[in-house]
Amino acid sequence: MNRFMQEFTKGLWKEIPPFRLMLGLCPVLAVTKSAESGVGMGLAVLFVLTLSNMLISLVRNFIPSKVRIACFITISATLVVAVELLMQAYTYPLYLQLGIFVPLIVVNCIILGRAEAFAAKNPVHLAIADGLGIGLGFTMSLTFLGSIREILGAGTWFGHPVMWDGFQPFTIMVEAPGAFLCLGLTLAAMNYGTHRSIMKQSRENAGNTPSACGGCRACAMGRGSDND
Amino acid sequence: MSVFEVFISAIFVNNIVLAQNLGNCPYLGCSKEKGVALGMGTSVIFVTVMATLCTWLVQKYLLVPIHLEYLQTLVFILIIASLVQFVEMFLKKAVPPLYASLGIYLPLITTNCCVLGVTLLVQREQYELMESLLYAFATGAGFLLALLLMAGVRERLETCRVPTAMTGTPIALIMAGIMSLSFMAFKGMV
Repeated sequence: MNRFMQEFTKGLWKEIPPFRLMLGLCPVLAVTKSAESGVGMGLAVLFVLTLSNMLISLVRNFIPSKVRIACFITISATLVVAVELLMQAYTYPLYLQLGIFVPLIVVNCIILGRAEAFAAKNPVHLAIADGLGIGLGFTMSLTFLGSIREILGAGTWFGHPVMWDGFQPFTIMVEAPGAFLCLGLTLAAMNYGTHRSIMKQSRENAGNTPSACGGCRACAMGRGSDND
Repeated sequence: MSVFEVFISAIFVNNIVLAQNLGNCPYLGCSKEKGVALGMGTSVIFVTVMATLCTWLVQKYLLVPIHLEYLQTLVFILIIASLVQFVEMFLKKAVPPLYASLGIYLPLITTNCCVLGVTLLVQREQYELMESLLYAFATGAGFLLALLLMAGVRERLETCRVPTAMTGTPIALIMAGIMSLSFMAFKGMV
């Protein structure tokens, strides 16, 4: 149970997609025009990812490794077709809003990435935990980006006006450029936060120099020191 | 729509990366050098056109007559995956020099949403066969253009001083945003 919680919670912050795992960028950029479509897309991915992780983990010992990618794609495509039909039946307006990006979940690298990196090597309950965690993290990120873009770009949040009267929306935020800018700035802010905490730690330690972490190039700090 | 309009619209106005936000992973992943960008872009054009041809025919003569349209996604991705495999094998045997330059990009293209995206968009817009092929080619060309522009900017960025927190992906995304902003100026052309 301990392992289960560990695999589940790592997706919520430590490996949260798409900020820590740069995977599945297309839906992140394209459907976060509003908080609502962000949530919808996130939940669709959560569903497909959890079930595909589960199925792949179940059959992982029967699939010859040469054809495994083809099998993974077939499994995820089947699940995506199921999601498409479910969404058409129960949330038709959302289905129309997300448009072509629902079938495109098949080629979302998160699904294949987790299948290859995790589900194909781990027992079923851990694979489910991983799928739930990463899927939930993805939903949170999409909702976060969608909220920022909707509030700045349209002055609303989940369709309700939240800004003051006379607020001029930055229409650019709900267009394609806003997606790139928003994700880029969020990533930069996260890097800045990590950088600050590393600096603080190294000051507290005896080293007293920013390179106390060794500058291993794993983070922006290590890379940055090359430029100086 | 005339041929010219399809071209201008797919390359500039509705550029697949900068206006429609498709195919972002290779856009950010394969744009560090111009040579790599050219190889990736050319392979995408090639595979997109081939995939559009196959999926269009399958949709029209197989899926619609037996009422299996809802399996579109599943069938299309399987066609694309096997097509990429065949193209790879064919090039290896028949045109080794081309294989040497495109070979490493081909397996990556299966999961490029550009290709599946175009084949699905063509069905939604209900284009005729020739129109679809033109659209596929133009979209691929738009992808190549965006990739080359990005690679050009990134090569020059190597020598610039960037704020520490911005190095790597954040600055690339912000540049993509500015590039996409300038492509918005093409709106209204068609």
